[in-house]
Amino acid sequence: MSESLPTLGQTPSQTIGPFFHFSLPWDGGADLVGDHPANRVIEISGRMIDGHGEAVGDALLEIWQADPAGDYGGAEGFIGFGRCATDAEGRYRFRTLFPGRTPAPGGGLQAPHIAVSVLGRGLLKRLATRIYFEDGEGAAEDPVLARVPAERRSTLFAVPVDSTDGYRFDIVLQGERETVFFDI
Amino acid sequence: MMVAAGYAREDESQPPVLVADYRSTTLRAPRHAPIAIPHTVTETTGPTAPWERLMGPAAPDLTTQVGGVAQGQRIIVGGRVLDQDRRPVAGAMIEIWQANAAGRYRHDKDQWDAPLDPNFTGAGRAITDGEGRYSYVTVRPGAYPWKNHHNAWRPAHIHLSLLGPAFATRLVTQMYFPDDPLIDLDPIIGTVPAPFRSRLVSRFDIESTRPEWALGYVFDIVLRGRDATPAGL
Repeated sequence: MSESLPTLGQTPSQTIGPFFHFSLPWDGGADLVGDHPANRVIEISGRMIDGHGEAVGDALLEIWQADPAGDYGGAEGFIGFGRCATDAEGRYRFRTLFPGRTPAPGGGLQAPHIAVSVLGRGLLKRLATRIYFEDGEGAAEDPVLARVPAERRSTLFAVPVDSTDGYRFDIVLQGERETVFFDI
Repeated sequence: MMVAAGYAREDESQPPVLVADYRSTTLRAPRHAPIAIPHTVTETTGPTAPWERLMGPAAPDLTTQVGGVAQGQRIIVGGRVLDQDRRPVAGAMIEIWQANAAGRYRHDKDQWDAPLDPNFTGAGRAITDGEGRYSYVTVRPGAYPWKNHHNAWRPAHIHLSLLGPAFATRLVTQMYFPDDPLIDLDPIIGTVPAPFRSRLVSRFDIESTRPEWALGYVFDIVLRGRDATPAGL
């Protein structure tokens, strides 16, 4: 297809602001599993803090992930998209399925991961990161982790807690142990 | 047709993360530069219609949701969602939220001393059709004060969230109104490099204005185009 017209300029991003709660969260938005019978249901929870270590109590997290077979939008009843606002202590919690491995560009497989968008007051653009799993396979060959300096990679890994079904993943917007964010 | 390996990267119109004049960025902007990654299947896919399975169906009339009719100047906002290569983005979910005509949000943290309107929630959804077109009915939001600096007022604006077609194209933005003197004083639209601020300003449109009923405004939205570069990097 020959395109004679110049490309259009992107619409610039703006902050989500502090007052989205009456609109964007929906009932069940943080529970991607619902009532569907499924294997390997997991809960991912954590806390978001700012550059002073204070709770970020007015942010919104969105996740996008593959189903356990490694398909996006594939399995019946499991869309793989969820949304959760942080509470006054900066906490969030998702209930979802452990993601399968997905193809990597140029062959091979990515390690199991969940894509995350962080939106909030003071964030002029969506911050993109990924949740990986300490007990997931294939981290050594993951093409995205390969771009991250070794000393910062641990910020991208959810840590198993208590039960076998729980993971903790904190998000540090700024400062020491700042979460790795991606230019996508 | 060539299969796109990814999406275009952000262009020069996008704001930086840290802007001193917008104080909330100070402790929230990451200090490390974001790390560029290839676009994998994770970034080139995203949630798509039917949206009813997720958050619910379209709700494109914000003026008659609660029973009575919302107070204020009724307006129709419409336009197209396109990608940078002018392809319509069909089936995109546009979530809409805003202050009421007096400049007050239906939110318990909004302390501005303007009246709430019992007939206006300020939340709606519109889904683009096969040509990328959308339209919704609302009332023109009021300006309101905020505490960013002395005598700070946000220009009238409508918040918009766009989902579709991919994780890489996720966009949250704000739409402003033409001829608003507060735009030039606002640190938030001011985070966008000056030549590109007009991309966030709607235009009055007599064609979509409905006689004896509502004023029309047009706001086209441009999402990232496809990028045929291998792996998008």
